Amino acid sequence: MSDFLVEMRDVRIEGRSDETWMPIINGVDLTLKKGEVLGLIGESGAGKSTLGLAAMGFCRDGVRISGGSVMFDGIDLLAASAEQKRQLLGKRIAYVAQSAAASFNPAHKLIDQHTEAPVQHSVSGKADSAADGIELYRKLRLPNPEEIGFRYPHQVSGGQLQRAMTAMAMACRPDLIIFDEPTTALDVTTQIEVLASIRQIVEEFDTAAIYITHDLAVVAQMADRIKVLLKGDEVEEAETRTMLSAPTQDYTKSLWAVRAFERPEKPPVATDATPVISVQGVTAAYGTVDVLKNVSFDIHAGRTVAVVGESGSGKSTTARCITGLLPPRLGIIELDGEPLPLDYRKRSKEQLRQVQMIYQMADTALNPRKSIGEIIGRPVEFYMGLRGAAKRKRVAELMDQIELPADQYIDRLPSELSGGQKQRIGIARALAAEPKFIICDEVTSALDQLVAEGILKLLARLQDELGLSYMFITHDLATVRAIADEVVVMKDGLVVEQGPKRDMFKPPHHAYTDLLLSSVPEMDPDWLTNLLKERGVDNIGDAAVDKMS
Amino acid sequence: MNPVIKIILQRLALGLLTLFIVSIVIFAAVNMLPGDFAEAILGQGATPEAVAAIRRDLGLDQDPVTRYLQWLAGALQGDLGNSFAQANFASFVGDDSGVRTTVAQQIAPRFANTMFLAGVTAAIAVPFAVTLGVLAALYRNSVFDKVANISTLTSISSPEFFLAYVLILFLAVLNPLLPSLSNIYADMGFAERLQKTLLPALTLTLVVTAHMMRMTRAAIINLLASPYIEMARLKGIKPMRVIVHHALPNALAPIINVIALNLAYLITGVVVVEVVFVYPGIGQLFVDSVKIRDIPVVQACCLIFAAAYILLNLTADILSILSNPRLRHPK
Repeated sequence: MSDFLVEMRDVRIEGRSDETWMPIINGVDLTLKKGEVLGLIGESGAGKSTLGLAAMGFCRDGVRISGGSVMFDGIDLLAASAEQKRQLLGKRIAYVAQSAAASFNPAHKLIDQHTEAPVQHSVSGKADSAADGIELYRKLRLPNPEEIGFRYPHQVSGGQLQRAMTAMAMACRPDLIIFDEPTTALDVTTQIEVLASIRQIVEEFDTAAIYITHDLAVVAQMADRIKVLLKGDEVEEAETRTMLSAPTQDYTKSLWAVRAFERPEKPPVATDATPVISVQGVTAAYGTVDVLKNVSFDIHAGRTVAVVGESGSGKSTTARCITGLLPPRLGIIELDGEPLPLDYRKRSKEQLRQVQMIYQMADTALNPRKSIGEIIGRPVEFYMGLRGAAKRKRVAELMDQIELPADQYIDRLPSELSGGQKQRIGIARALAAEPKFIICDEVTSALDQLVAEGILKLLARLQDELGLSYMFITHDLATVRAIADEVVVMKDGLVVEQGPKRDMFKPPHHAYTDLLLSSVPEMDPDWLTNLLKERGVDNIGDAAVDKMS
Repeated sequence: MNPVIKIILQRLALGLLTLFIVSIVIFAAVNMLPGDFAEAILGQGATPEAVAAIRRDLGLDQDPVTRYLQWLAGALQGDLGNSFAQANFASFVGDDSGVRTTVAQQIAPRFANTMFLAGVTAAIAVPFAVTLGVLAALYRNSVFDKVANISTLTSISSPEFFLAYVLILFLAVLNPLLPSLSNIYADMGFAERLQKTLLPALTLTLVVTAHMMRMTRAAIINLLASPYIEMARLKGIKPMRVIVHHALPNALAPIINVIALNLAYLITGVVVVEVVFVYPGIGQLFVDSVKIRDIPVVQACCLIFAAAYILLNLTADILSILSNPRLRHPK
């Protein structure tokens, strides 16, 4: 009998696309010993999740394992019947999904979903399992562990749900847990808590885990070993510390280097300059609840102001106020020193033209039935009044600016483009109006790091060439570091701190800025351990800290 | 206020408004029917004086707005007026005994019969269709799924009278299990009434099953790609439980709506089946009343049909809302 808990050899996986099977994983080996944590990293499309699910003997619809072997504790998962696999899943192999909010059934209470696997697999009774669930909630530092299980998923925050899902995975005390990007959808401050919880519980129960993520700094905290995947092939695998200090492959090195991008500092703005956009004392409400309170900041010509904060802090609401989609209750918004009508319906075409927007999800922001030429051509025609050949020429110029050859792409549909290319189309569409000011709403957060870096560099170049001003909404401080001139930190609808970037990244800070900054994972594998020590051991499990230090 | 109660009150108010608008439409439409009761009952040889006398007697000579307001005022007080056809026309010859049959008296027993038939049908068809839909979703694309789909589609595509005669042939003629005539009476016992109602109920079951079954299947399959269904499968939950416990509760809203539409059809649209089985329901009364221009009965029937539609859809809306835990348990 092998000493591996999981032993995958030469695994080949294919996905169906248009009646043919395309390779997703081209013969990857993966082994995992009992109690070991393997980090699986790569860009989207690298096949991380597919490989992770294959370790459970599971394929999504339209995907099949076409070769190789998958052994779990001596059981051949590829030869096992559906019923045999079903009896392993949930009981000995558990899964923690990327979005706990989507992966908890909205129709049932958390504790009922927690006890389902133990009861259905006859591991324990409902009452015992519920009591154990409450105990796990307590271990994972969920607030009100006695009571939180009796809520429905929509009544619990994202970070808490992710911890409840980790508890659910533990319900049958499995030998193996697959963590599929469990913190990708969370704010940095919440991410810390979840990471600490996961690490603590995995160690306490000596559970083996495959930790899938695209975030190197996160995987550095979690894994004993790291395996890098690229387009279905293994790039390299090594112990975490070795991998971080001495990656051997060029691709891995390029991943490591992404975080180094930082644009040079610009000279300070003249004190008497009129800002392009001036937000003054804006208070806005959804219904009767004020979600923005007295927000003020200026954005000057050719500058980038990064607005940072957790989800719910009012970043996107501020953007909706500036664009006039949500007329503020109080306050003034000025463009070049002239007050803008608060409701976009009352703004002139010229005023509308000057303020453009690029969205987070390029997928949903582009009409799937229109070609690229039509998507970019629409504002060209609407704002600039160009038609026919002149319009086509202008669209080609714009596509040239975003570095996509017009002759190849102009007639394609959005679905035929990659995520990064779609985001470039979103940029071209904003540029088509020839605006002074563009709001970038989390434009890189759905993209892989290498692709995101390309988008940031493009935006920086366009700013230098065209003198654009950006309001850059983000929750990622690495992005702030890369592109911002000034930073506005928001929390609960209030601006808690604002100023030039270099002041932001230097103490002293507002306590919240400090929390945000210190929560950004770093590549040092001891970062989480040290941080948790700094913040006080009582914040997380003592065992985790003891063992990691 | 609890958001659910608020929504229910809003929907109720909207339902009442709809009913009011529908009452205007009904009144206008009935008035547009060519000919009136006086002409219909007296035939072609009627003298203009006789026609005018009956019109005067029934109030048909007043202008439509006045008549509408009178009718509305009566209906609001629960008085749907008197049936023309059952009226004692003695007054016409100068001897008014004052005995008249109200519309309510005429409709009540028929409506009760219709509700009984609809109730029996629903009790058979709804569980049958939902179960069939769940099984079809569970064994999707299997032989069972295909057979279920094809046979329900066939039955919904066939004319109702044809289905009725086929059932009569097999269940009443070749194997005399059930009576082919459904002539039920007011003082009939429940068991006998049920037995007489079974054949029309089965016919209607065949008619309404397809929609409900296909919607159940589609609504469930629609959810099978959801992350929480994948999660349930990855927890090693049995396929049947994944469908019934994890998918079905989230698929209820569209299913409830289709059920409500079909129930409304059972109350308002079953004339053909009533005729085939000689079942004394409201549909037959309605058709007869249109034939002789018995306007108060026609209007009352229309109003009842409209109210049934509105009430059932309202109930469906409310149940759909209640099936959503976000609304039942606000943050």
